[in-house]
Amino acid sequence: MSFDFNLILQSLPEMLAGLGITVQLLLVSGFLGLLLAILLLLMRISGNLYLNSIAQVYIYVFRGTPILVQIFIIYYGLPQFEAIRESMFWHILREPTGCAILALTLNTGAYVSEILRGGVLSVDKGLLEAGSALGMSARQKFIYITTPLAARLSLPAYSNDVISLLKSTALASTITITDMTGIARTIVADTYAPYEVFISLAIVYIIFTFGLQKLFGVIERYLGRYTKREE
Amino acid sequence: MNDNNTKPLIEMIKVNKFFGSFQALKNIDLEVYKGERIVICGPSGSGKSTLIRCINRLEKHNDGRINIDGVELSDKVENINAVRREVGMVFQNFNLFPHMTIAKNLMIAQQLVRKTPKAEARKVAMRYLERVKIPEQANKYPIQLSGGQQQRVAIARALCMNPEIILFDEPTSALDPEMINEVLDVMVDLAKEGMTMICVTHEMGFARSVADRVIFMDEGEIVEQATPQTFFDNPTNDRTRAFLSQILSH
Repeated sequence: MSFDFNLILQSLPEMLAGLGITVQLLLVSGFLGLLLAILLLLMRISGNLYLNSIAQVYIYVFRGTPILVQIFIIYYGLPQFEAIRESMFWHILREPTGCAILALTLNTGAYVSEILRGGVLSVDKGLLEAGSALGMSARQKFIYITTPLAARLSLPAYSNDVISLLKSTALASTITITDMTGIARTIVADTYAPYEVFISLAIVYIIFTFGLQKLFGVIERYLGRYTKREE
Repeated sequence: MNDNNTKPLIEMIKVNKFFGSFQALKNIDLEVYKGERIVICGPSGSGKSTLIRCINRLEKHNDGRINIDGVELSDKVENINAVRREVGMVFQNFNLFPHMTIAKNLMIAQQLVRKTPKAEARKVAMRYLERVKIPEQANKYPIQLSGGQQQRVAIARALCMNPEIILFDEPTSALDPEMINEVLDVMVDLAKEGMTMICVTHEMGFARSVADRVIFMDEGEIVEQATPQTFFDNPTNDRTRAFLSQILSH
């Protein structure tokens, strides 16, 4: 087997042209997914049986199905309904990017809400009692005690999910999106050289992941600054 | 007991508390007057902590009545908040907010609950930190302090809210022996200033020298209450005698 290094050098810049779309998919669905996750978390811990049940069913469904299937249902399935085509969401769902972002958002929201719930449940109950004893209201305790502590406790698992989301963005290439993976598949179709192209693609993802890991390391040190005995 | 004050600050009438089928408090009757210093002791599981946690509604009593300074504790949130503003609490495990500096620990409730402006809250915080003799630690995080220092901060945090009563739930039990006295010293000072205190503790030296009344609990009941002198030298109940002989034998 011959290994064509020139092809790697040629295809790398072409694939990097899709980096923008990959970053866009990651950032937009990561951000919206986090908002959704917070909403689901609040429903889960609201103490309201209905809200809690709705959130539980949602999480169950979206964690229980492959994200690729979710993307296909949204991209191929939703436009069949006239109500969707006539709704205000059509200009988003008409575009494959909109569909991919929606699917990734709905999926990551389900996972992240459970990660955040784990963080909330790990906050030392004694601290909340101290808050109560000082006269703080339930809302004040949640904002000033639970949230900052749960954020730090959730962060390692959350960073794991963001990295996983980065790799899920590659599935967008299955619905015609020209992210890095989409471009790589086009090059392979032209050159019949899957090894060179996909290996260089893998390297790009690894470098990206490395960057994300470093970023989360910085955030973790910042959020955990009060856990160090020495300055 | 202080008979000059007609109305007790804390009044518990036939209070019962269950955890599932386990009865943690049985028919508790207790009156505490302003300025009184009460020590509660008894074997573990006897209901001491549960009793004081009912006073600021960290535990909800199942029946009977609890009045704090004329406010009855019920499900009414306004009443619970009113009581919690009057009653400070110091916990066995300090429960300082780990993500806030020492100063912020002392300021947060003043700002949120009392709506004290930040600068004023900081002044109050520094005043109480000086009183517990650790003003230089104001900008550190709790983990950077020793256990004794953390507990003194916790006492200062309760004092910042200007409470009528302070509840102490085994404040020295989690401390290394060499740090117990620095915390007890702060508590003795408070007692001298006339603070109404209820203290669950096994520090019998503290009970003897500071308490107006010592209460012995066992199996959810108040078995005996007396002045420290009577309590230690002439306990009337067999269970009290058995308990005292166990803890004072070494």
